[in-house]
Amino acid sequence: MKFTLNFDPIWPEIDAILEGILLTIGLSAGAIILGSMLAVLLVALKSLAGRWVGLLVDAYVELMRNTPFLIQLFMIFFGLPLLGIRMSGTQAGLLAMTMNLGAYAAEIIRAGVESTHRSQLEAGVSLALTRLQVFRYVVLKPALAKVWPALTSQFVLMMLASSICSFISVAELSGVAAIIESRTFRSFEIYIIVTLTYLVMALALKSFLLALGKRLFPNLSGVARINARGSAV
Amino acid sequence: MATFGWPEMLFIFRSAGWTLLLTLVAFSIGGVVGAALAIMRLSPSRVLRAIASTYILVIQSIPVLMVLFMSYYGLSLFGIGLPPFLAASASLAIYASAYLAEIWRGSIESVPFQQWEASSSLALTRPQQYRYIILPQAVRISLPPTVGFLVQLVKNTSIVSVVGFVELSRAGTLVSNATFLPFQVFSLVAAIYFTICFPLSRLSRHLEKVMNAGRPH
Amino acid sequence: MPAVLIENVHKSFGAVEVLKGVSLSVESGQVVAIIGRSGSGKSTLLRCVNGLEACQSGRIEVAGHVLDQDQKKLRELRKDVGIVFQSYNLFPHLTAGENIMLAPRLAKGLGGPELRRMAEEVLAKVGLSEKFDAYPDNLSGGQQQRVAIARSLAMQPKVMLFDEVTSALDPELTGEVLVVMEDLAKAGMTMLLVTHEMNFARNVADVTVFMHQGRIWESGPSADLFAAPKTPELQAFLSAGVH
Repeated sequence: MKFTLNFDPIWPEIDAILEGILLTIGLSAGAIILGSMLAVLLVALKSLAGRWVGLLVDAYVELMRNTPFLIQLFMIFFGLPLLGIRMSGTQAGLLAMTMNLGAYAAEIIRAGVESTHRSQLEAGVSLALTRLQVFRYVVLKPALAKVWPALTSQFVLMMLASSICSFISVAELSGVAAIIESRTFRSFEIYIIVTLTYLVMALALKSFLLALGKRLFPNLSGVARINARGSAV
Repeated sequence: MATFGWPEMLFIFRSAGWTLLLTLVAFSIGGVVGAALAIMRLSPSRVLRAIASTYILVIQSIPVLMVLFMSYYGLSLFGIGLPPFLAASASLAIYASAYLAEIWRGSIESVPFQQWEASSSLALTRPQQYRYIILPQAVRISLPPTVGFLVQLVKNTSIVSVVGFVELSRAGTLVSNATFLPFQVFSLVAAIYFTICFPLSRLSRHLEKVMNAGRPH
Repeated sequence: MPAVLIENVHKSFGAVEVLKGVSLSVESGQVVAIIGRSGSGKSTLLRCVNGLEACQSGRIEVAGHVLDQDQKKLRELRKDVGIVFQSYNLFPHLTAGENIMLAPRLAKGLGGPELRRMAEEVLAKVGLSEKFDAYPDNLSGGQQQRVAIARSLAMQPKVMLFDEVTSALDPELTGEVLVVMEDLAKAGMTMLLVTHEMNFARNVADVTVFMHQGRIWESGPSADLFAAPKTPELQAFLSAGVH
């Protein structure tokens, strides 16, 4: 049995790996920020707009949750150009990640919003606030605090799923790995390094997000957490 | 340039069978390993607990794609040239085992503590406690999230196309490359995934509702 | 023109009629207490007054606004009608000061240093000046309820509604809330309150209304009503001692 690991050919590629890491971080950060905004918008539409808008939101969420991220990515990257919308692989990746995460995060945040006690809504409207103001200033923040751990898991899963963008040749960490592999033929070695990098990034992102949650919701650390359905993309 | 006609569609439909088979195999193997891991996580032995939780943490903190590459290239390093179907099933089983272990650990833990006390007072051994008292209750609790995870597993089978195995996504890519009709082809592919996943999602949610309704407060 | 005018209000939850034709008026500056057993419809009546419950028939006019379920009109009414709840319902993610300033800022467009000064003023009125930056979680029940009163006052309401505001409090904490309410009454606030505190109703309310089975069973100047209840139901209610 031959069993040799040789990392030497990989060291000269460190710069490329670093660039891949940066793009993974960039894509993930962008998707987390934009996806959260989309999610809040979807939840607001669902709880404030009429029945038909609510059904549209449901349809969107179900569509995204019940098809693979890879196919969503392909539809955007290969499909949209036929409608005259051209974009780079990175742009398509960011868009797909945002749309996917938006749906998952919406489902999680909705669980938090629905757990709001009726008395909070009554207090809000009794103070002459509009329903939108009640949502924005009374409901949203405690709801986010409640589901923050579930959101954190979902954000980490999205970061890991960004690796799928390598299927459309985005040079994020996995994409870079494939390039280096073709140059050095040290497949296993490069994937060991990249896998460990993902591991460290996932753990770091998780602790960062949990610390961020403590800062964002300092006085709500005691609120009952909701284990909303977080899941892989 | 090929047209997107019946033969192509048939090819895509047939490859959906591979997706289902892959899911089934990965779920079965992953389920056995996952169950063992769940029990290890809850074992009195600190070593077993540490092994299981490290495994789960690592697998849940790396992309499924990396699990796939690691098992594919790792085994070929030992001179074992894996057929793509085996490499794909093995890596999806590894992935599934970690998530199922966590789901089932949670389910076992949510069986009230008193059930353990009561059954040990009846002089049952630990395996007997699991077999007759704890697992029957835990299985019920675990059904909704397990079915929910099945949806994730079906969707994640899509990435094994990268090692050359032709399942639903790979079939879509092949047909799309041949016909230059990506929008139509991937719409069909997405529709097939949706047809498989949506009923499972609904079932998961339904089970959850039934269970919540039956839970004493 | 009374500050609150309730005319022949009917309200049902499903098949259960909880208000069977209630009429009541509160003059400006008057304090009216509603007493009665739980299930007598008294809280429902109060919640109808600011539109938290919609009544099926009858007419309600508060502070010059005719009650209407139209959202815009309802908001106009609520700018002039404050309500304090049994369970305080402070917003947990906002400090006492932020709880107080939220509605004047959003509903009335106030802002800047004036808003803050006004918030400090109402907080001082309920004796909690030093708690401006405290979160509800760090306040006692009595303090939370006083902040809730200040939050309503900040809207400068013409009428205040109180829904069993001391019922959720430990007995030793009810006093501090009642004192604040008594001060408000003395300052001339129009108040309609549902209460279990018979002493407070007797001593502070100008008029006490006894509700029974969805109707106003007996009402009159508080002193007379408590001294000489006419109906056997009110006699039984008052002598039971436990409400």
